[in-house]
Amino acid sequence: MAKNQYLAQATAEEIAVQKAHSHEIQKQQDRVSYLFLLPMFVFFIGFVLVPMGMGIVTSLFNYTMSDFSFVGLKNYVEMFKDPVFLRSVRNTLVIVVTSVPLVTFFSLWVASVVFKQNYKSTSFYRGVFYLPVVTGTVPVVVVWKWIFDKYSGILNYLLGTNKSWLGDTHTAIWCILAILFTTSVGQPIVLYISALGNVDQSITEAAEVDGASPLRTFWQIKWPSIMPTTLYVVVITTINSFQCFALIQLLTSGGPVYSTSTVMYYLYQNAFTLYRYGYANAMGVFLAIVIGLFSALQFKTMKTDAS
Amino acid sequence: MKKEPEVYKVISNVILFAIALLFIFPFYWIISGSFKLQKVAIQLPPEWFPKSPTWANYTELFLNPAARWFFNSVWISLASMVLVLLTASMAGYVLAKKRFTGRKIIFSILIMAMALPKQTVLVPLVRLMNTLKLYDSLSAVIFPAVGWPFGVFLMKQFCETLPTEILEAARIDGANEGKTFVQIVCPIIKPAFGALAIFTFISTWNDYFLQLVMLSSRENFTISLGIATLQAEMATNYGVLMAGATLGALPIVLIFLCFQKYFTNGITMGAVKG
Repeated sequence: MAKNQYLAQATAEEIAVQKAHSHEIQKQQDRVSYLFLLPMFVFFIGFVLVPMGMGIVTSLFNYTMSDFSFVGLKNYVEMFKDPVFLRSVRNTLVIVVTSVPLVTFFSLWVASVVFKQNYKSTSFYRGVFYLPVVTGTVPVVVVWKWIFDKYSGILNYLLGTNKSWLGDTHTAIWCILAILFTTSVGQPIVLYISALGNVDQSITEAAEVDGASPLRTFWQIKWPSIMPTTLYVVVITTINSFQCFALIQLLTSGGPVYSTSTVMYYLYQNAFTLYRYGYANAMGVFLAIVIGLFSALQFKTMKTDAS
Repeated sequence: MKKEPEVYKVISNVILFAIALLFIFPFYWIISGSFKLQKVAIQLPPEWFPKSPTWANYTELFLNPAARWFFNSVWISLASMVLVLLTASMAGYVLAKKRFTGRKIIFSILIMAMALPKQTVLVPLVRLMNTLKLYDSLSAVIFPAVGWPFGVFLMKQFCETLPTEILEAARIDGANEGKTFVQIVCPIIKPAFGALAIFTFISTWNDYFLQLVMLSSRENFTISLGIATLQAEMATNYGVLMAGATLGALPIVLIFLCFQKYFTNGITMGAVKG
């Protein structure tokens, strides 16, 4: 009896010691982890979180070169009464609604033609369509500006026309869309090639043996299994289209008559040529919310897919 | 019955090849245009192949500080790359393998920040750089690239696959955390380093918007910014502009071609496993 009591006491003591010990381990684990996180977080807090916070706060101020006074939601109210802003929203939506389906279907088509071919030819196509992404916007834009040039551009020469493609309110946005298209399909094609390669071959082969047409095999077997990739492609293309800026700034400066101004470009104009920081930040917050909702959608759908 | 898909296959391959040529053409036009004199460049019908190629455009290009712009681009891309590899691998490793207090919250904050568009913070970021006296310096372009959480995310995904037993064994053998990370973790996550390195290099090189708002004096320009400025200044001197575009595009294309495998790995790694 006394022995048992002694044992029980010993275990209790041991548990206490163990607890203290594991607490010590946890504490040490925390210390090490924070130390490893520290370098990244210096940059993350300093150059991402702080400016985000600054952006949100100053969007509530009339913030210009000479003034800094609290105005509440006035910037946001003004935004939705500003005809140029509304025009920019409209243009942005036109870009998103046109480019997202085009990019998605085109890249799926390219990938489905290419993915079964030999390594060399797959790499060739992947490389070609990725080229405009790699070189970046500026070289691409400079050459397209030349191609579209009214006097020395080859587009007018080839079509036998005499149009000022980028200077016409009807054609300018379509030129922008065409260039945006060439810079947007690279990543989706890479993703689709890899996704189609991962579709279980035995199932598609079984379906073909059973006499299913290629089209049917595609819609009933491949399409559902590449759905996560499609969602991802749609989301990244949407986000990129919402942020369309460099093309506009370099090619048309939003003109003619605001026919190519986008939200991102108008934001830039307000901040860096009109020096209306508060107003520009209100647009930034607006755009961030819209895009954040799309991203949230993406993460949510991917999570449900994984479980 | 088998004939129809074959015909379809041939037709789609022909169409695809034609479209691929259309995609390549602008790059051919950049390079061939860079060897054309101004009066040749603007003439119609165009010279499809430069008959009397000239280096004159490149000579004129280097009357501007184009070499300086080029090295600025190289420097910001390299510096961001090294810093991102270092900070992201450390952070990604502990987020994947350590069960520390606040891990979930920290990771959620990183994910949320990544979901927001980088460009919308540029205006306050410029003000901030002004306050820190970093405006119009190359650091103003490098630091935000390092703070961007994408690399951490990628590294965390990859570190999840590290076998815990190996890390345990190292601990029992008495290796401290730093040693474990450098000698055991780093060699295993090499492929992720490759992907992230090439990705960071290219995206920093091409982050025109950030460079545009942060750099103001001509000698601090990057090559992208330099070409864009020349375009605004000389409007239709296409030969020189194409020489600039060649200088901006060619190195990055070569890097891409050499490391294409890592790069495509990186794209799919960051995406589908998310």
